[in-house]
Amino acid sequence: MIQTLAFYLFASLVVASAVMVIMARNPVHSVLWLILAFFNAAGLMVLVGAEFIAALLVIVYVGAVAVLFLFVVMMLDIDMAAMRAGFIRNFPFGLAIAAILLAELFLGIGAYQAGGLTLGTPDGTGQAAMGASNIEAIGTLLYGKYIVLFEVAGIILLVAMIGAIVLTHREAKPGARGRQDIGKQISRRPEEATVMKNPNTGEGVEL
Amino acid sequence: MSDLGGIGIEHFLVVGAILFVLGVLGIFLNRKNVIVILMSVELILLAVNINLVAFSAFMNDLTGQVFAMLVLTVAAAEAAIGLAILVIYFRNRGTIAVDDVNRMKG
Repeated sequence: MIQTLAFYLFASLVVASAVMVIMARNPVHSVLWLILAFFNAAGLMVLVGAEFIAALLVIVYVGAVAVLFLFVVMMLDIDMAAMRAGFIRNFPFGLAIAAILLAELFLGIGAYQAGGLTLGTPDGTGQAAMGASNIEAIGTLLYGKYIVLFEVAGIILLVAMIGAIVLTHREAKPGARGRQDIGKQISRRPEEATVMKNPNTGEGVEL
Repeated sequence: MSDLGGIGIEHFLVVGAILFVLGVLGIFLNRKNVIVILMSVELILLAVNINLVAFSAFMNDLTGQVFAMLVLTVAAAEAAIGLAILVIYFRNRGTIAVDDVNRMKG
């Protein structure tokens, strides 16, 4: 009973906030609705026992991606009214496409429910060991059978990080204040940088 | 997985389908605004994740959750790169209207 209630609560909230994401006038509001959608999706995943993915969703999406979106939205000075142009004009067309897509997806779900298509049966390698928690089971699978995929995911993140840095990095003009001259830095010697002084008491030091 | 009181896999698939379609609709409606388009892509990937996790839970196979994690990785990388491109585009053009990107040459 409580599970049914929780499911409908999370499901309706995730759909409602997704509607608000695409309908909101202000992109900042869009980002905030997106955060709500992610939280409720995480709730849905907790409901089926996927605690690790739920935690990951909150950490990665709310903690990193949504904040990144918020940062960019607030950093760029954009005329939002001009951005809305064409919203009404595209509305009927977009709605028609969406209706067709939704009908097709529901057809697919109906076919699956009717047993019209046979999915592969799990071979048992992905089955959680008896008594193991969700995180333990995923860890066993991720560091065992899917270790290569895990490494590839790491490389993807590395490439994305380097790409984002290279794209947005601006080389400062030569001679600009605060600019680092690496050649000058490493050719510096202790002899020309430091002096030893042994001042008498009561006298100042002249450098 | 615990009993969900009559909630089957179809319920989750319907939520996933609706989210996916909302994402596609968002791309159509906000053709000019790249930021909202990127958010719509995130919604689509979230729908995919819900489907993967639902199948994984109901078929008692954790592989789906491992794949959901990889989708999450790609989504995060895509958001970072997309927003970086957006920032340099804004720096060069002073706007993020994408309906005239085809003039972006040289």
